[in-house]
Amino acid sequence: MRPYTASGGRTRPGVALDLLSRMTATGVRPRVPLGAEHTLALRLCAGAAALTVAELAGQLRLPATVVKVLLSDLMEYGAVMAQAPRFPGGGSFAADDQSLLLAVLDGLRRRL
Amino acid sequence: MAYADDCDAPVTLKVLVAGGFGAGKTTFVGAVSEIEPLSTEELLSDLGSGADPLHGVEAKTTTTVALDFGRITLDDRHVLYLFGTPGQHRFWFLWEELCAGALGAVVIADTRRLADCFPAVDFFERRGIGFIVAVNEFDGCHRYTPDEVRDAVGLGPQVPVVRCDARLTSSGTVTLAALVRHLLCLSSTSTSSSMESGEA
Ligand SMILES: Nc1nc2c(ncn2[C@@H]2O[C@H](COP(=O)(O)OP(=O)(O)O)[C@@H](O)[C@H]2O)c(=O)[nH]1
Ligand SMILES: [Mg+2]
Repeated sequence: MRPYTASGGRTRPGVALDLLSRMTATGVRPRVPLGAEHTLALRLCAGAAALTVAELAGQLRLPATVVKVLLSDLMEYGAVMAQAPRFPGGGSFAADDQSLLLAVLDGLRRRL
Repeated sequence: MAYADDCDAPVTLKVLVAGGFGAGKTTFVGAVSEIEPLSTEELLSDLGSGADPLHGVEAKTTTTVALDFGRITLDDRHVLYLFGTPGQHRFWFLWEELCAGALGAVVIADTRRLADCFPAVDFFERRGIGFIVAVNEFDGCHRYTPDEVRDAVGLGPQVPVVRCDARLTSSGTVTLAALVRHLLCLSSTSTSSSMESGEA
């Protein structure tokens, strides 16, 4: 299947989604019949707590661009909601947050 | 529209893994990730940002670039996400998006093709993104000392160069820890220039 077919040829989502936006199913059933990819995306969102767009794209084996379109459709139907990533420092380079970096370092060391 | 905006949500921690083709990015991300290594693709339109990819999709050359994705849950408040993608110039537009909010980067260098990591090094240097160079030593290759690699790549003395076996979880985790220590050094020198840190 051509990747664009899943999204009806569209490569631009109606809402802005980051690769690290976390998606959750709302439990609302869409009123329109869903295509196979939309259904699968919704099922993945419902099956796990707050999966990122990147992870969903990997599991769906579709380009992230296409998955963003599918998810934004599902958002318009009210079937899923998105939680935007909260980057430290509000979006720019944020290495000045020392306590955060120390927590990351601790977490990594615990894995060794 | 259903948007959740939870200020209590954990911060999103993102680290980029860059380097040339075959340097070991996919291997590295897969080894440190707690989830099945996932690869997704981004579609690149040759016309760049101004173009609307909606029109003439069939006619236009559209390339895809693989994006490795990994996740490490550090504790209940901290999840580290990893993105690996090739550091070629033509993928810069993708890097721009990936860089937004990133903590820092690991540049994987393959000593057989050291020059392949130059574009990524340039990119992070120019953007002021903290990075370290991880030398992925393949079997049967000539071993270079970190200083030889530093000279060849033209790195400043402050950029750590570490050895890494991209196939090993422990080695990848140590490499990530080296990056975070470097970021700590950078932040402490920027907040109080008198502070000296010898750790790399
Ligand atoms: N011997 C050895 N092989 C490696 C190492 N890291 C990666 N490889 C192999 O090198 C090849 C390219 O690695 P890959 O992760 O796909 O590179 P990428 O193009 O940067 O994603 C794969 O066949 C890996 O199995 C390493 O540290 N040692
Ligand atoms: Mg790869």
